[in-house]
Amino acid sequence: MRWLDDGRPEARAELDALYPHTGNAYFIGITGHPGSGKSTLVDAFIRLCRERDLTVACIAVDPSSPFSGGAILGDRVRMNRHALDDGVFIRSVATRGNLGGLSRSTPASVQVMDAMGFDIVLIETVGVGQDEIDIVRLADTNVVVMVPGLGDDIQATKAGVMEIADIFAVNKSDLDGADRVVREIKTMLSMNESADDEDAWIPSVLKTVATHQEGLEPLFEAVEAHRDWLQAHRSDRDRDRQRIEQLVRLVISGEFDARIGRLLGTDTWKSHLEAVLDRTETPYEAADALFDEIF
Amino acid sequence: MSETQTKQSDASPPETTHRVLIGKVGLDGHDRGAKVIARALRDAGFEVIYTGLHQTPEAVAATAVQEDVDGVGISILSGAHNTLVPEIIEALEERGADDIFVFAGGIIPEDDIATLKDQGVRAVFTPGTPTREVIDFVRDACREQADNR
Amino acid sequence: MSDNNEDVDRDALLDELEEATEEWKDDVLDPILEKYGLRRDEFTLSDGESIDDLQTPADLEDFDYQEDLGFPGEYPFTRGVYPTMYRSRLWTMRQYAGFGTAEQSNERYKYLLDRGQTGLSVAFDLPTQMGFDSDSPRARGEVGKVGVAIDSIADMETLFDEIPLEDVSTSMTINATASILLALYIAVGDQQGVDRSKLRGTIQNDILKEYIARGTYIYPPKPSMRIITDIFGFCQEEVPSWNTVSISGYHIREAGSTAGQEVGFTLANGIAYVEAAMDAGLDVDDFAPRLSFFFNVHNNFLEEIAKFRAARRLWARIVKERFGAENEDSMRMRFHSQTAGSTLTAQQPKVNIIRVTLQALAAVMGGTQSLHTNSWDEALSLPTESAVRLALRTQQVIGHESGVADFVDPMAGSYVIEPLTDRIEEKAREYIARIDDLGGAPEAINKGFQQREIQEAAYQAQVAQEEGEDVIVGVNKFTEDEEEPPGDLLKVDEEVEQNQIDKLREFKASRAMDEVESARESLRQAAESTDNLMPYILRAVKKKVTLGEISDTLRDVFGEHTENVVF
Repeated sequence: MRWLDDGRPEARAELDALYPHTGNAYFIGITGHPGSGKSTLVDAFIRLCRERDLTVACIAVDPSSPFSGGAILGDRVRMNRHALDDGVFIRSVATRGNLGGLSRSTPASVQVMDAMGFDIVLIETVGVGQDEIDIVRLADTNVVVMVPGLGDDIQATKAGVMEIADIFAVNKSDLDGADRVVREIKTMLSMNESADDEDAWIPSVLKTVATHQEGLEPLFEAVEAHRDWLQAHRSDRDRDRQRIEQLVRLVISGEFDARIGRLLGTDTWKSHLEAVLDRTETPYEAADALFDEIF
Repeated sequence: MSETQTKQSDASPPETTHRVLIGKVGLDGHDRGAKVIARALRDAGFEVIYTGLHQTPEAVAATAVQEDVDGVGISILSGAHNTLVPEIIEALEERGADDIFVFAGGIIPEDDIATLKDQGVRAVFTPGTPTREVIDFVRDACREQADNR
Repeated sequence: MSDNNEDVDRDALLDELEEATEEWKDDVLDPILEKYGLRRDEFTLSDGESIDDLQTPADLEDFDYQEDLGFPGEYPFTRGVYPTMYRSRLWTMRQYAGFGTAEQSNERYKYLLDRGQTGLSVAFDLPTQMGFDSDSPRARGEVGKVGVAIDSIADMETLFDEIPLEDVSTSMTINATASILLALYIAVGDQQGVDRSKLRGTIQNDILKEYIARGTYIYPPKPSMRIITDIFGFCQEEVPSWNTVSISGYHIREAGSTAGQEVGFTLANGIAYVEAAMDAGLDVDDFAPRLSFFFNVHNNFLEEIAKFRAARRLWARIVKERFGAENEDSMRMRFHSQTAGSTLTAQQPKVNIIRVTLQALAAVMGGTQSLHTNSWDEALSLPTESAVRLALRTQQVIGHESGVADFVDPMAGSYVIEPLTDRIEEKAREYIARIDDLGGAPEAINKGFQQREIQEAAYQAQVAQEEGEDVIVGVNKFTEDEEEPPGDLLKVDEEVEQNQIDKLREFKASRAMDEVESARESLRQAAESTDNLMPYILRAVKKKVTLGEISDTLRDVFGEHTENVVF
């Protein structure tokens, strides 16, 4: 997986060999603000899965520092009681800016986890930036974690994140204001166009207190309900197709970003840039020429 | 804060992003050093897996393998280094991950430093070590690692 | 009328002074600055605030002696909590000690008492602090290392063997398991036939700062606070002379905070304990007199003196104004202090003796009630006996030879100290207000507020040091190529662990298991109810239930805390 993160060519052959073994894991996305307690929720969810004899792999995404490119990946602090459990695999990933980092390695990493035979693959993100939203779109079921007391909760949450939610978990619901958050989400959902469509999935809204392992059973049941709904409404192949479509898109854009990354700073790049500066070339002409360089 | 970060990032960021685990084993709760080092490494362009307090040697080794890090940095101020640090090295070997280098920081007497190095610890940093020195060590060790991979 | 005239006079004087100061700056200071400059770009306090060229009476513009200082032994206690301070009795020289087995520590205590130490201070090893018995896998490598290992009533008996508990005051640095160690102490006292009202001492028992800075916690904050209020309630009835909590800024400062944060966060924790006790039905005036504090003495000599004065004044005001206390004893902030371990260096370690001396002097000039001076070899290992003795001698020289103890609050009225005192009080007030806004100290800790603030300050201090602005003698300046070898260091015999485990197994084999089980079961039920836990813990230790077993019983009911990591 390290090769994947670093974009090493050796990784590609490994991935191609693994691919036929994929397609068995159930993918769950868990997205929430820092401070929403999502790592604790993931930890509690893993614990519940293990009680049910399900193996779990988790990929925890955190942002890289825009200044240094480095990152401190601290999600494991909340999850490390599973470190010695062979049925749990946790991998921390940094977004690594936007040039082929996250969007390139993560789809590959989750494929590896899938091929390793884990029953469930969790994708945990902060949900900031298109990159991360694209990643969680790989999931079969998406859980968005909300929390009371972060200001104008609903309005503050990015539209993209709200749209992907199949389930809303209002965590830290022992705090004041939890019921208000639940109400607001329900109000928002009822205004949605598909609210009247009997066949549509209406996202469930439930309360959790991850630190006390409360509300986890209902959360698990909600995930199962959504999976059942998916099975009833779409064939396996259709669901797989949807994910594969997203996967291929991500692989292409990841590769594309990586190639741009390699082009930056080369002589060709510089000469076209100078030409645009001199007004002897338009930006579009330069782009056309550089585009040819990449492919 | 951003000023410091920019300043530090000027100092040649690593070519590929190196990954390092920083954690505390044993029961002592003093994490000032571990956190300062984690932050300094981030600001120097490393990806730091931070495990927090009270880890066991086995958990550190298992985490290091799952996270595929180049090196493991252990902070320990409780005096249990002679027991716990060698156990990390053993646990890494058991997992076939003896290529991951191990370094330690804390109140560690001179005699023990020699013993720990004999047991495979690559470097030991005592109180007052500039973070720059730690960063340089980690960067060199990671590069060496990358060449051997 | 006369007041008015005085004001006019004062204003006129200040105007004159301002003029004179400007003149001095133009005619004398600036030419020198232009010619030679200063030795650094900026002189700063612990929070980076810049220090002006000169302090004059203008800095005391709003100074009001009666209101800001008053007299020693009187509200707001800025000048000290007692009217005579060290002219009656020097501070308690209390060296924190303990290592290895109970036998070894017992010997060290007797040694120190023989040499003029006036109070005991017990350091426990980490398994004892974290609620693990010595035979737990989690205790491997830690037994007897940073303090003494106490698993059971048998160890506690040995620890205080031949030390009559009615004659000493004992301070125990213990937090998450404070209830158990206190119960053990009471049980030993009961055995010695000492009346419980004669037991004197302190348990640190400050769990909030463990979450903020020291990391030695077991349970989540809520049940931890409940245990603490149970101790408050129990002691008020049963052990009235016991100091039930030592609200500690020491570790907050060690973790890298500024002086203002140290005072602000510590007093905010104090507020939380008072509120918890009042919620539990205790009266502030019954309970606040038993609170004590514990501060760090760091390097900036003058700022530190001001810090202690500010903390004392602010606490008095809080207790009076916020909690409506009427008893002056409630407002009297008594505190222990310890020199800053984080300032000790492994390079040229004997220089640490001088650092410790200056820090100790600041604590004394700031009016501490008791003091621990660090040993010079502590950046290298646990302190040796001779290094501990030297540290104690340092206090004795300050007390008996330096003459500073002959004056009460010797820095009062200084153009430097009074404005610094005001400033630290103001900074601390700001932090307390922010914590209030976040819902009080426990909630702010949950949100990681204090942790984040301290971490940021620690990082900035590190950067300042590494950029060479702050000189550390022997580390980034005046270094030696060849370090003089430090000589003998204390090593805890690796056999201590095995011996302790053997002893524990023997002890466990000697017990009546039905009594052990029933004591654990009633403790469990008490934990699930709202009963005061102390009588159940006391009963358990007497029935030979071990520290680890008691902690495990409570872990089952309360769960365990995971840190809130913020970067």
